[in-house]
Amino acid sequence: MGSYILRRVLQSLLILLGISFLTFVLLYLIPADPARQIAGRSATAQTVENIREQLGLNLPFYQQYFRYLTGLVQGDLGRSYLQKTEVGELIASRLPATLLLMLGAIVCELAIGLTMGLVAALRRNTAADTSLMVLSFVGVSSPQFVIGILLLYVFAVQLGWFPIGGYGTFRHMVLPSLTLGFLGAGWYSRMMRSSMIDVLRQDFIRTARAKGLKRWQVLFGHAMPNALLPIIAMIGIDIGLFMSGIVVVESVFGWPGIGQLAWQAIQRVDIPIIMGVTLVSAFAIVLGNFLADMIAPLIDPRIKLR
Amino acid sequence: MKKSLLAGAAAFLAATALTPAMADDIKQGGEMIVTYKDDVSTLDPAIGYDWQNWSMIKSLFDGLMDYEPGTTNLMKDLAEDYTISDDGKTFTFKLREGVKFHNGREMTAEDVKYSLDRVTNPKTQSPGAGFFGSIKGFDAVADGSTESLEGVTVVDPYTVKIELSRPDATFLHVMAINFSSVVPKEAVEEHGADFGKHPVGTGAFSLEEWTLGQRLVFKRNADYWRAGVPKLDQITFEVGQEPIVALLRLQRGEADIPGDGIPPAKFLEVTKDPQYKDLIIEGGQLHTGYVTMNVEMPPFDKLEVRKAVNMAINKDRVVRIINGRAVPANQPLPPTMPGYDNDYEGYPFDPEGAKKLLEEAGLGDGFETELYVYNTDPNPRIAQSIQADLAAIGIKAEIKALAQANVIAAGGEPDQAPMIWSGGMAWIADFPDPSNFYGPILGCDGAVKGGWNWSWYCNEELDKQATAADSMTDPAQKAEREEAWRKIFISVMDDAAWAPVFHEQRFTMRSERLGGPDAIFVDPVHIPVNYDYVWAKDVQ
Repeated sequence: MGSYILRRVLQSLLILLGISFLTFVLLYLIPADPARQIAGRSATAQTVENIREQLGLNLPFYQQYFRYLTGLVQGDLGRSYLQKTEVGELIASRLPATLLLMLGAIVCELAIGLTMGLVAALRRNTAADTSLMVLSFVGVSSPQFVIGILLLYVFAVQLGWFPIGGYGTFRHMVLPSLTLGFLGAGWYSRMMRSSMIDVLRQDFIRTARAKGLKRWQVLFGHAMPNALLPIIAMIGIDIGLFMSGIVVVESVFGWPGIGQLAWQAIQRVDIPIIMGVTLVSAFAIVLGNFLADMIAPLIDPRIKLR
Repeated sequence: MKKSLLAGAAAFLAATALTPAMADDIKQGGEMIVTYKDDVSTLDPAIGYDWQNWSMIKSLFDGLMDYEPGTTNLMKDLAEDYTISDDGKTFTFKLREGVKFHNGREMTAEDVKYSLDRVTNPKTQSPGAGFFGSIKGFDAVADGSTESLEGVTVVDPYTVKIELSRPDATFLHVMAINFSSVVPKEAVEEHGADFGKHPVGTGAFSLEEWTLGQRLVFKRNADYWRAGVPKLDQITFEVGQEPIVALLRLQRGEADIPGDGIPPAKFLEVTKDPQYKDLIIEGGQLHTGYVTMNVEMPPFDKLEVRKAVNMAINKDRVVRIINGRAVPANQPLPPTMPGYDNDYEGYPFDPEGAKKLLEEAGLGDGFETELYVYNTDPNPRIAQSIQADLAAIGIKAEIKALAQANVIAAGGEPDQAPMIWSGGMAWIADFPDPSNFYGPILGCDGAVKGGWNWSWYCNEELDKQATAADSMTDPAQKAEREEAWRKIFISVMDDAAWAPVFHEQRFTMRSERLGGPDAIFVDPVHIPVNYDYVWAKDVQ
């Protein structure tokens, strides 16, 4: 177990190193000159040259990458070209909003997905089942910016139940959480349905009913816990899914998280921010997968880590 | 919709409408909410150089000179008075006494000198350092051999003398741009590179709060030296809001000014709605959108070809594409700029004539080329329209829609971009003087690797005329100087270095709660509005 964890940690570090290298190469190849960008349109050639030197942009590629890595291991993500702020500070100031949104999304996807899956499983092969599964299919396949804008239009603009974007109160959180969680809800409803159908067929369910337990007791006391096991392990993997979603959802709802930061940086080719957010997201994904693997044997003792 | 600043003449009228007597009747108080999509990058006046922070910095800082609200007329700001020597090379500024920084210390001539030394110091990395090239000793500071401008001397605590190495008719404008703002040394040294997040100036507002990615709060500077200014007690800038969301919030009364403007998709709907008629103010901008043709790259080295392109583009249709948010252009200078030629008619829209010109150039069968364009709406749509116009005379232009930085980089290479549509990138004047529309974008200095003269047009004779025009520093020569510039820009058109397409108009939307003369909502040097002079109706 101990050696397994050590191996996984080393693997994760290698993955992160690889991602940092790839991102750095890609951003290095973009034909935009950061020194020019900082210098602005009225700068003289001398100013540009001087900035290039101060930032080390005139160094060969490997030296630039090495400089970046050296900073990275010291926890220094560099300084934004256009925001003129430490990237670490920018990300740290926005991370709480993103984590809050993810938490909201997890609650939404579980609540919606599990309920849908449960109802579909119990009403298997009825019209209710079919329509719920169609709905889940819509959830899985709809682009998040479409769902986000639709929700915004109906519930914030037309009905006025929620604020039109922004951050701060519980009401601000509802629509973005729903949008981000909708995709996962689609997946969970399908998993919950098949898992539940599986469990309901098992002998111990029949036994439970036979010994005289009420239907709901069997359902929530025996069937649910077993059906849920494989699903819980999935939550860690969701974090990766969310990382791609937050860029869109945060931009649509004006949510001040790292997804919005990334989107603004991409539009303005602010390389240090793009690099920083990519690394933080990669870290979150790697961590999520790692945790999912760690939790799996706790839930199902048949799984062994080697 | 009110049109207040369509022509230069109208601008002056609007200016006279804003008499101090009228401004004094307005009670101070109240607040407003301004929304933006992007977070503010920096509020350091030596660094900030985008249209979003430009106007905010103006409210936090002052310089020696400024512009009368709502106009392009220079006025004294921190300078109580100034004198110019007969050779036009020595400016002596007498400072206003008793002006205090937000930290409570009095501003003196030492601060003026420190601020100019700082902005020109290469370590500051100021994008505006180049504006100060005419100050004596600039080169020595720029190459790092000294940190003090030889030409700037403190005569006494309230007098500063600035000597130039050459006469520069634009120097008072240079003293009015943000880069010349006066900053206190102790605050700059305390915060170092983060001064832009902790700005301390002498301006009408001070920064009260900045929550990254969420909001900034400006509070009225109760000790501001200009009586009765600013009008509002507080301005809240909420960032991270898409323009469409900003508009909806304004309509619901939750916000007062959408800083990024009215979103294009909603423009017609909103401007046609009688409910908003009085809330949308239209004004001119010191802007020209143009197509550059790289004169170093065949076939654009041929004058006939460049003229043909000028005659092929249907400018009215391009203006319609952006819902009439611009006026067609026939010369580089925008109409509100001194030196604009009202009598010049430009090249007519004449595809048949254009075809003939191509035939004369031996290109009767047309040719293939590339049109670079910034990839955000509406620029690709404008490029498509131009592409269709060019196709009509036989020029097959492939559109290269790229990120802004990449288009700019391509333009700065001598042999990469044959044509560029400048939309979203160039050119808005840094200050209201025609010279700012020449040097970087049409002069030989700009035709260098990484420069902004994307036509790579370099006419040494015109460069000489430009230098001569900028040497006319005597205010009595104002008309003569304008005439010189007028001729220069018409010569540029004779060489057809660009195809000017349109001058953007500004449309500022405000909430019902805000008051103020229309001119300050489309102030030529403050985008979106002149924050210092907007007032709240609910406290009157």
